[in-house]
Amino acid sequence: MEINGDKLVDQKIKAKKDVVIIGGGVNGLVAAAYLAKAGRKVILLEKKGRLGGIAVTEEFFPGYKFSSLADGAGYLSPTVASDLKLSQHGLEIVPVDPIVYSLQPDGRNLMISGDVSATSKEISKFSEADAKAYPRFLDLLGKLSTLAESMLYLTPPDLPEFGFKDGIDLLPLLKPVWKVGRKDIMQVVRILPMPVSDILNEWFESDEVKGAISASALINNSFGPQEAGSGYNFLYNWAGSNNGHFRSSGNVLGGMGALSNALANAAKSLGVEIKLNTFVEKIVFDNYVASGVETNNGDHYSAKTIVSSANMNTTFINLLDPYYLDQMFIKHLKNIKYRGTTARIHFVLRELPSFRGVNGNAHKLLSGHIQISPTMTYLQKAYDPIKYGRYSANPYLDIFIPTISDPSMSSDESHLMSVTVKFMPYHLREGDWKSLRDDLAKLVINKIGEYAPGFEKLIKHQKVITPLDLEQDYDLPEGNYVHGEMSLAQFMWMRPIPGHAQYRSPVKNLYLCGAATHPGGGITGINGKNAAREILKD
Amino acid sequence: MKETPFHPRTSELLDSYDWNEWSGWLAANSYELDHSHEYLAIRTSCGVFDTSPLYKYIIHGPDALKLMNRVVTQDVSKYGVGKSMYTPWCDDNGKIIDDGIVARVDEQFFRMTAAEPTLFWLEDNATNLNVTIEDITEAYGIMAMQGPYSRDILNRLTKTDAQGLNYFGLMDIKIAGIPITLSRTGYTGDLGYELWVKADKAVALWDAVFEAGEDYRIRPFGDYALDIARIEAGLLLIDADFHSSKKVMYEHEKTTPLELGLGWTVKLKKDYFVGQKALIEDKKNGLKWKTIGLEIDLKSLEAIYAKYNMPLYLPYQSWTEAVPVYSHGKQIGKATSGTWSPMLKKYIAIARIKPKYASIGNQVEMEVTINAERHNARAKVVKTPFFNPSRKTN
Repeated sequence: MEINGDKLVDQKIKAKKDVVIIGGGVNGLVAAAYLAKAGRKVILLEKKGRLGGIAVTEEFFPGYKFSSLADGAGYLSPTVASDLKLSQHGLEIVPVDPIVYSLQPDGRNLMISGDVSATSKEISKFSEADAKAYPRFLDLLGKLSTLAESMLYLTPPDLPEFGFKDGIDLLPLLKPVWKVGRKDIMQVVRILPMPVSDILNEWFESDEVKGAISASALINNSFGPQEAGSGYNFLYNWAGSNNGHFRSSGNVLGGMGALSNALANAAKSLGVEIKLNTFVEKIVFDNYVASGVETNNGDHYSAKTIVSSANMNTTFINLLDPYYLDQMFIKHLKNIKYRGTTARIHFVLRELPSFRGVNGNAHKLLSGHIQISPTMTYLQKAYDPIKYGRYSANPYLDIFIPTISDPSMSSDESHLMSVTVKFMPYHLREGDWKSLRDDLAKLVINKIGEYAPGFEKLIKHQKVITPLDLEQDYDLPEGNYVHGEMSLAQFMWMRPIPGHAQYRSPVKNLYLCGAATHPGGGITGINGKNAAREILKD
Repeated sequence: MKETPFHPRTSELLDSYDWNEWSGWLAANSYELDHSHEYLAIRTSCGVFDTSPLYKYIIHGPDALKLMNRVVTQDVSKYGVGKSMYTPWCDDNGKIIDDGIVARVDEQFFRMTAAEPTLFWLEDNATNLNVTIEDITEAYGIMAMQGPYSRDILNRLTKTDAQGLNYFGLMDIKIAGIPITLSRTGYTGDLGYELWVKADKAVALWDAVFEAGEDYRIRPFGDYALDIARIEAGLLLIDADFHSSKKVMYEHEKTTPLELGLGWTVKLKKDYFVGQKALIEDKKNGLKWKTIGLEIDLKSLEAIYAKYNMPLYLPYQSWTEAVPVYSHGKQIGKATSGTWSPMLKKYIAIARIKPKYASIGNQVEMEVTINAERHNARAKVVKTPFFNPSRKTN
């Protein structure tokens, strides 16, 4: 086709925009919204028929809606929520209390709530000393976590090429550092590389108390409480928590998908164009400069800025041609540790299970995170088998019953229960997750049955999501929720890989905004916010 | 220490007991107590060198060409089946990692030699490529026949005429019924061939070659003779004239193929190779170093020795410890290997110096140490190869 003698080079150019965002997960949506807010013309392309990435509500059985992968949105950045006016766009998070309800085999369950003195009293069932230590523990660690919180919003310095610009980026740390004080800064430096068990052992004597508190440090990771890095995650979760405690709480009305909808609404209201069912097949680049994307039906979207919220493998091995990337970059890419160890099981239950020790008041006690993490020793033993490629026969279970705070998830009287199961390694020495699906369900049902006799009889439906399903159905490499383990070797300036922690990629005009970037996972939206800030600088 | 497939023969012949270690294998320094006969065999008859310790790889599959082209600086697509090439390969910053020979055995089948272990490097570069990489180092022996009569000896051994095999060509032949891949390659700068043989047939091949070469006084040679020959030929040696960028600690120890005078092997215009971007940049900005030949002025050297009432001393064995090179007393680079050349009757060295001093004929000085006292001998910049007989390529 020729127009006035000029060849129309590509008939399929769909759009010319300032920004193309690949992937409509939480961080993709957040980045899109911030960039649109700054006046950029943004188009967001999502391959699936729905938005949200891991923040998604799915109707696994007609009439029953589940938050497929994650519960609550307690780690969502309040700054992001208010900047994007998410409550105006339909986000409703209902607070839930207790924060943690830690089940004990004998029914002597431990409730940790927002009420510190009530919690101390609960703790005194296990140890008087621990009950006394608890408020002081909250006080100091809470203070340290505010410093950690300010780190979440930083662009990590470019080490070892640290320059003036990196110094400027670190300025926001000054105030919190000043506030925390020199002595306590030393505590942060000391705590970060510690195992959470060492931290808690310095404060508490009761294994039960420590089991209840340490569990949250393990949720997104492949290590037990005695492993280095678990302390960092403990503090990280504390920093992002919405209630000032070590573990966040809250339930999104309508499930996690409602968060994505609110983000999408916010983005659209700022002018972002969102296209679903649009599978980006490649990022067009030449000589280390990206200029657009191509979809699998041949559509071309050109843009000055390309932002990928996808995981690193998808971005750099599937969408870009790694043939043209630096060897060292590929090496770092391959060195990213994923090692997912999480499975999810959802149940539709005829009624609330009768957990031992819950006598009346079940709606209150079971409204938050119910943990089967009776002791810290139990957690460590739950972790141990994965070192040898085996899954845990006595797993740590993190249970949430959304229908208590949000009955709309179920179309009838049935209750829904979602269980995060640790430790279920993606890499198994023997067997595979395709054939172990039923074993996994049985194991979890039996384990819950130990604490709630007759549980199995309550089950109407069950949906098992294995680590393999997480990879295949939700694009999570090796079933890792957070696009790369939150280990000490993969945080701050080493996340996603050393030398590229500033949301920029080695390909000019291509930026990263997904969970692979600093600060990591947890459905905070901070990655998207930080990425947008860097993009707007260039 | 590992023994090469030729060990039953080389060990028998090693009168000197002078072994060295080469990549974990036993390798001969010189078979006799003095290496001069071995050197002369290379230049006047035919010498045989056991090259087996080189790392050897085969790379095959639909994306084999693509992988080779990503890894090495040469444009491999320009070489058809039955051709081989000398090529370096670099890291992302264009710094040389290693060099070797890549041979195109078939459209999608390559063979590669390397001085250093290279399997992981190849695998790391093969991301998303449909290619199989195999380390065949221990499965094969390589015998190098080097010297003006190497072709005549080969012609006695094989009905398939090696006469027609061009420089850097490759062909499959049989010698005494043993399948051999023959390539017209070597590390001496002379007429010569390399014979790849399955390890279990190596001794039989050795015997056949030595029987056919008896009339020519064929003899094995070791590292000492080889090193003199390769310096004469202006061929670079890893760990002497350059260091692998993967093995050194500091930036200043690294160098690029452009600085090493290997620009002819670096195809900056091809689609992509590791280090391309950096080398384009380097070339644009001007090179920091140039690799050249030096011819040391013997009168000047003799005068220095005379101060000590000593006769002129010449390095009858090559050296590979770098020494400073000066211009008017100011250091401008270093000589990285040197030797007395018995053929040329000259003291020659390979040196890396600042480009502005590198024009042919330029007078410089090279450091000479006598009794731990330093002196500068006059030297002039000359072209390499120092020795380049027409039979090498004809």
